[in-house]
Amino acid sequence: MTNADFQILLPETILAAFALAALMFGVYTGKDKTAPLLTWATSALFVLLALMIGFNGEGTNAAFGGMFMDDGFSRFAKVVILVSAAAVLLMSESYMAARNLLRFEYPLLIALAAVGMMVMVSAGDLIVLYMGLELQSLALYVVASLRRDSVKSTEAGLKYFVLGALSSGLLLYGASLTYGFAGTTLFSGIIEAATADHTPLGLLFGLVFITAGLAFKVSAAPFHMWTPDVYEGSPTPVTAFFATAPKMAAMGLFARVVHDAFGNITADWGQIVAFLSVASMFLGAIAAIGQRNIKRLMAYSSIAHMGFALMGLASGTEFGVQAMLVYMAIYVTMNVGTFAFIMSMQRDGQVVTDISALNQYSKHEPLKALAVLVLMFSLAGVPPLVGFFGKFFVLKAAVEADMAWLAVAGVIASVIGAFYYLRIVFYMYFGTETEALDKTMAPAQWLFLMGSAAIMVLGVVNLFGIEGPAVAAAAALVH
Amino acid sequence: METTILFAPLVGALICGFGWRILGEAAATWVSTGFLFLACLLSWIVFLGFDGQTQQIPIFRFIESGTLSTDWAIRLDRLTAIMLIVITTVSALVHLYSQGYMAHDSQFREGESYKPRFFAYLSFFTFAMLALVTSDNLVQMFFGWEGVGVASYLLIGFYFRKPSANAAAIKAFVVNRVGDFGFALGIFALFFLTDSISFDVVFESAPDLAQTQLSFLWTDWNAANLIAFLLFVGAMGKSAQLFLHTWLPDAMEGPTPVSALIHAATMVTAGVFLVCRMSPLMEFAPEAKTFIVIIGATTAFFAATVGLVQNDIKRVIAYSTCSQLGYMFVAAGVGVYSAAMFHLFTHAFFKAMLFLGAGSVIHAMHHEQDMRNYGALRKKVPYTFWAMMIGTLAITGVGIPLTHIGFAGFLSKDAIIESAFGAQSGAGLYAFWALVVAAMFTSFYSWRLIFMTFYGEARGDKHTHDHAHESPWTMLVPLGALALGAILAGMVWFGSFFGDHDQVNEFYGVPVHAEAGAHAEAADTHAAATDTHAATDTHAAATETHAAAADTHAAATDTHAAATDTHAAPAADHAAAAAGWTPGQGAVFAHPDNHVMDNAHHAPAWVKVSPFIAMLLGFSVAWLFYIRRPDLPGRLAANQEHLYQFLLNKWYFDEIYDFILVKPARWLGSFLWRRGDGNVIDGSINGLAMGVVPFFTRLAGRAQSGYIFTYAFFMVIGIVVLVSWMTLAGGSN
Repeated sequence: MTNADFQILLPETILAAFALAALMFGVYTGKDKTAPLLTWATSALFVLLALMIGFNGEGTNAAFGGMFMDDGFSRFAKVVILVSAAAVLLMSESYMAARNLLRFEYPLLIALAAVGMMVMVSAGDLIVLYMGLELQSLALYVVASLRRDSVKSTEAGLKYFVLGALSSGLLLYGASLTYGFAGTTLFSGIIEAATADHTPLGLLFGLVFITAGLAFKVSAAPFHMWTPDVYEGSPTPVTAFFATAPKMAAMGLFARVVHDAFGNITADWGQIVAFLSVASMFLGAIAAIGQRNIKRLMAYSSIAHMGFALMGLASGTEFGVQAMLVYMAIYVTMNVGTFAFIMSMQRDGQVVTDISALNQYSKHEPLKALAVLVLMFSLAGVPPLVGFFGKFFVLKAAVEADMAWLAVAGVIASVIGAFYYLRIVFYMYFGTETEALDKTMAPAQWLFLMGSAAIMVLGVVNLFGIEGPAVAAAAALVH
Repeated sequence: METTILFAPLVGALICGFGWRILGEAAATWVSTGFLFLACLLSWIVFLGFDGQTQQIPIFRFIESGTLSTDWAIRLDRLTAIMLIVITTVSALVHLYSQGYMAHDSQFREGESYKPRFFAYLSFFTFAMLALVTSDNLVQMFFGWEGVGVASYLLIGFYFRKPSANAAAIKAFVVNRVGDFGFALGIFALFFLTDSISFDVVFESAPDLAQTQLSFLWTDWNAANLIAFLLFVGAMGKSAQLFLHTWLPDAMEGPTPVSALIHAATMVTAGVFLVCRMSPLMEFAPEAKTFIVIIGATTAFFAATVGLVQNDIKRVIAYSTCSQLGYMFVAAGVGVYSAAMFHLFTHAFFKAMLFLGAGSVIHAMHHEQDMRNYGALRKKVPYTFWAMMIGTLAITGVGIPLTHIGFAGFLSKDAIIESAFGAQSGAGLYAFWALVVAAMFTSFYSWRLIFMTFYGEARGDKHTHDHAHESPWTMLVPLGALALGAILAGMVWFGSFFGDHDQVNEFYGVPVHAEAGAHAEAADTHAAATDTHAATDTHAAATETHAAAADTHAAATDTHAAATDTHAAPAADHAAAAAGWTPGQGAVFAHPDNHVMDNAHHAPAWVKVSPFIAMLLGFSVAWLFYIRRPDLPGRLAANQEHLYQFLLNKWYFDEIYDFILVKPARWLGSFLWRRGDGNVIDGSINGLAMGVVPFFTRLAGRAQSGYIFTYAFFMVIGIVVLVSWMTLAGGSN
C-alpha cells in the first residue's frame, strides 16, 4: 500500500470518494431536489475522468503486486465505460424527472457501478475481479428496480438479483477451482499453471465456470435468459445503461481473464467462446423476430451483438481483441443513439414501447426517422455505415484465425437479424397510418440521437481514429 | 472543323431532346435539322478539300487503365471522309424529310409530343455513327458501334404502341448482340496480342499477326485469320449478312425515314466500313477473306431471291439492301476495298432515295404498305414517281456498257462484279456468278416494284386512291437532292474509286513511291505494261528515294520469284518494308500480291457486259409479268407452289431460328424462372424465412417463460454442456 499504488488507482479512488461525498451531500441537503445537480456533476466527473484516463495514462502499470492493472486495454475500456455512462445519465434526466423517478441515489448508484466496472477491466486477480463485479452488480440490481411502485420493475430487479447471485456462485466456484489447481489467485500466476502442454482438468473446469459467470454478465446465450425480462421491466434509462457500459465492462473483463490468466490455452477457451458466440448470434437474431416491444427487441439485439463481439474474442488473437474492442465501441455508440430515441417514444406523455407505434413515423418526423433509419441499418450491419465495419473486423478476425465457419455462421445470423431492424424502418416509412407519437424530445436525447446517427455515417472515413487506441489496447493485453 | 462535324449532331440531339419543352416542338426539330445541315456542309468541305493524307485529331484522353491507354481522337483519312459525306448528307436530308413525314402520325394520340423525341434519336444516331467512322481506335469504334445499335433499337421501336415494332426492336438488338460478341472478342484478341487497340499499332503489327498462332476454343488458329473472322462476325451482325440477317426486314417496323437513314444508307454499312478499315489486317488473312466473299455472295443471292416475291414495299427494299450489302462484302473480301466503298457510297444515295420515295408513296396512300393495293400512282404522285424511277435505274445498273457513263449503281455494281471475276479464285468465281444472277433478280424485283406501284390499274381501297396526294416540299427536296447523287455519284467519282491504280492510290493517300514498288512487282507477274510509264513518272517525282527503291525492289523481286508458290509472307513484307511502306499508311491497304483490281480492269468484255445483260433480262421478265401479262405471276406461283412458299417465307430462316434457338432459350428461361428461381431459390428462402426461422422464434419465445427457475435451469444446462465438452475435448485430454 504505497503512494504509487494509489497513484495508479487514482481515477477509481476519485470516483468512489465522489460517490460517498455526494451521498452525504444528498442526504443532508435537498435529497431528491439535488438529483439534477448530482446527475450533471456525475456526468461531468465521468467525462473528466475519461479525459484524464484517455490522455494521461501511459504504459503498463501494475498496482498492489499485480492485482490491479492499468494498461492500454483497461484505459480503452474505461474511456468507453465512462463516456457512455455519462451519455446515458445526461439523456435520462428528463425522462426520470417526467416520471418522478429522478432520485438522488440514481446518479450515485451509477457512479458506484462505474467504479465497479473500472475495477473489473483492470482486474489482475480473481479477488479483485470478483470485488469489481459485485460492486457493479449490486448497484445495477438496485437501479433495475428503481421504480419501486412498479411490479415489473421490482420483478426485473429481483430476477436480475437472483440469477446474478447464481452466476456469481458459478464464478466463485470456478475461481476456487482455479485457485485450488493453480495455487494462486493472481492472473500472472494462473497463466503459468495453465500451459498448453499440461493443464489440469480442474483448471479447465475452473475456466468453464468462470466463463459461465462472465457469459451471464455479457448476456451471452445460454446465460442470457434474464436479459429480455430485465430490459423490459427496468425504466428505459436504466435499460439504456444496461445495454451500454456494463456490456463493455463485462466484455473487457472477459477478455482480460481469458488472455491474462488463460492466454496459454487459447484453443481450449476459444471453443467455449465460439460456442457462446454462435449461440448468442443465432438466438439474438431469431428470438428478436417475435418481439413487438422495442425494449425486449433491443435486449435480443444486444445478445446478438455480444455474440459478434465474442467472435472477435474467440479467434484468440491480438487482432481479435482489437476487433472486439472496436466492435464494442461502435455497439455502445449505436445503442446510446437508439435508446435516446426509445426514451423519447411517448404518446400523450405515456411511454410507448410497441414498435407498431412507429407506423408512418417518417411522415411526422422526417429527420428523426432518418436518424433512426441510419441507426437501424448500422445495427444490422449494412454497408457503408459504421456498424458494418464493426462486423467486418470481427469476421476478419475469425477468418484469419482459421475459423471461417464461425464467420459464415455470423453472416447468416446477421442476415436473419437484419429482418427486425429493417422491420422498424419499414414501419417508419411504409407502415399503415396510426396515431402519431409525441413530437417532444428532450434536447439531450435529440443531441445523442443525431450525434450517434451522424457518427454512423461520418465514421466511415476513419472510424474517428478509434483503431489506433484499439490496436494499442489489444497489444497491451495479448503478449 | 472535324470536331464540329462530330459533335454538331450530338448538340442538336441534346437541345432537341431535352430543350423542346422550352423551345417548342417546331423550333427544337428545326434546330437539330439545322445542326445536321451544318455538319453536312462542313463534311463536303472536308471531303472535297482533302488531300488523302491521314490526320489524327486528339480530342481528349478516353481510357487510361494499365497498358490500355487511348485517346478519343478523330482519324481523318479517305475512308472517314467518304463516310462523313454519306452519313451527314443522308442524315440531313432525312431530317428534312421527316419534318414532312412525321408531321401527323396516326400512331400517336392527338396532342401527344413525339417529334422532338424522334429528331433527338435521329441526331443521336448520327452522332454515334460519326463517332464510329471517325474513331482512331477499336474501343472508340465500339462505342459508336453500340451507340448506333441503341439508336437503331430506339427508332425501330419508335411506334411503341405497336407490339410488332417492339418485337422487331428487340430482335434487332438481340441479333446484333451475337455479332457484337464476335466483334468484342476480336478486339480482345487484338489487345491481347498487340497490347494496343490503336489502329496505327494494330495495322503495323498485322504482318506479325499473320505469323502468330492463337489458342482459342481449344484449337490453335492463325491469329490474323481468327481476328479477321471475329471482326467480320461483328460486321455480319451490323450489316445483316446471311445467318444474322433476320433482323433487317423486321426493322422496317420503324418509321420510313429511319429505314432510309439507318437500315439502308448508314448503319448497316458499318460492317463494310469495318472490313475496309481493317484492310491491313484483312490482307494478311486470306482464309477469312474467302469466308467474307462466300458469305457476301450468298447473301446477295439469297436476299435477291426473297425480294422477288415480297409484297410489302418496304420489305422489298429491305431485302434489296441486304443483297446490296452482300455485293459490298464480296468486293471487300476479294481485296478491292475501294470498290466496296464505291458501292457503299453510291448505294447510300439511291437506296436512301428508294426508301424515301417509298415513304412518300406510303404517305400518299395513308400508310398502306402492300403493293398489291397500289397501282397507277404515276399521275397521282409524279415527283415521287420520277424519284423512284431514278432510284430504280440506279440500283438496277442502267448505263452504257463498256463505257463509264451510267447511273451510280451501274458503275459501282459492275466494279464489284468485275472484281469478283478478277479475284481469279474459286470463291471469286462463285461470287461472280452469284452476283450476276442476283443482278438479274435485282432488276426484276425493282421493276416489279415500279410496275406494281405506278403502272397498271388502281387496286385496293378506292377511297385511299382518290385521296392519294403528292407529298409536301420538305419531302420532295430530299428526293431531288438524292436523285442528283443517284445519277451523278458514279460517273463523277468513278476514277477515284475504281480508276487506274495511281488515281485510286492517290485518292486513298497510299504513299506514292511505295505504290511504285508494289507496282513494279505487279508488272513482273502479269505484263500489264500500260500503266508502267505512269509509275516511272512518279519515280522521277521521288528522285531522292528512287535509287534506293530501285535497288531494293530488284532484290525483293528476286526473293519474291524464289518463293512465289508458297506465298511467303515474310518476303513480301520485306519487300513492302524495304519500299518504305508498311500496312496502315493510306486509308486502305493492298497486299503487294493483291492485283485483283488490275485483273478486274482487264477482265474480258463478256464479263463486263454480263451484269447489263442480266439487268435487261430482269427488266424484260418484270415487264412481261406485270405490264404485258399480269396473270402470269399468279399462275407461276400456283405452279411452283413450294418454291413460291419457300421464297415468300424467306427460306424459313425465322422459323428455323425459332425452332433451334428461340424456343429452347425460352424453355430454358421459363424453366430456370419457374423451377430454378421460383421453386428452388424462392422456395428455399421463403421456406427458411417463413417456416424454419419463425419456428425457432416460437421456440425461443416459449423458453422465455418468465419463471426464474426456467432461466436458472437453462444456465445449468449451459454449464453442463460446457463442462462435458471440456471434459471430452479440452486441454491435455
